[in-house]
Amino acid sequence: MTLILNRIDDRLIHGQVVVGWGQPFNVRFIVLVDDEVAGSEWEQELYRMGTPPDMDVIFHSLDAAVDALPRYRDDVRPGILLTGDIASMLRLVTEAGVRDVNIGGLHHRPDRRQRLRYVFLSAGEEDLLRQMAERGAEVTARDVPAANPVDLRSLLESETAAQ
Amino acid sequence: MSDAGAVAKRALVAGHADFAVGLVSAVQQITGRGDVFATISGRGLSGADIEAAVRRAVAEQGISVVFTDLQAGSCTMAARKALRGVADHVLVVGANLPMLIDFVFADQLPATEAARHALERGRAAMALIAGTK
Repeated sequence: MTLILNRIDDRLIHGQVVVGWGQPFNVRFIVLVDDEVAGSEWEQELYRMGTPPDMDVIFHSLDAAVDALPRYRDDVRPGILLTGDIASMLRLVTEAGVRDVNIGGLHHRPDRRQRLRYVFLSAGEEDLLRQMAERGAEVTARDVPAANPVDLRSLLESETAAQ
Repeated sequence: MSDAGAVAKRALVAGHADFAVGLVSAVQQITGRGDVFATISGRGLSGADIEAAVRRAVAEQGISVVFTDLQAGSCTMAARKALRGVADHVLVVGANLPMLIDFVFADQLPATEAARHALERGRAAMALIAGTK
């Protein structure tokens, strides 16, 4: 096993990640890449308390994650890589060899347009996603394993809130 | 968030999808006292938006008790962030119907004490009943 999911989710660790993906895939570790959380012991403790005792949570700044990622890919246990924004994942695609990207949840902001029930994107973010695809990453949106994945083209053409 | 009505809110219930409104509607049906709860659904909201909603409920409605559904849930995470540094509050994770019913009937107690009492009731109300031939 290795990293079974490279997920962008602005809620970071939450129910869909720990339970929705974590239980069916027997996830044993989460690599959370976020500069703010990496610098806050209190937030790290908050996220650790939200995970089962047999699930490790490792915190990295974005810079540190670029170097550390190969180690997690070689881990025999199933794991999840998590970022809270698209730009961070793009850097991991570009510099750390991430090849498949899951958009799990990006919620409403004034500068964003709704693409799916759980995906809102600004024009700049859409451009970053296109850059990911140009660098060879397969980008899909899917909040939970039971949902059908939505490919990038369909996502960027989607205008509905009902999916 | 539901805040209609003249009854002062004693607690906030927050959780995934319709968890909060569903649970509170059940409390209302059983006791007629569901209106002591404000509710928040995390559906469609970022963690920051949920946190802001909890902050508003605490600040504007004087709420000192928050019930949430799941320890790893975004509402729990947001509530913990919102309540950090706020004195005299409690967060109860893993809310269930017996717990909330106990809470509404413990109205002679301060809300935080009622929440502690309700937690014990909620725990004790769980049972596994095996089938028999």
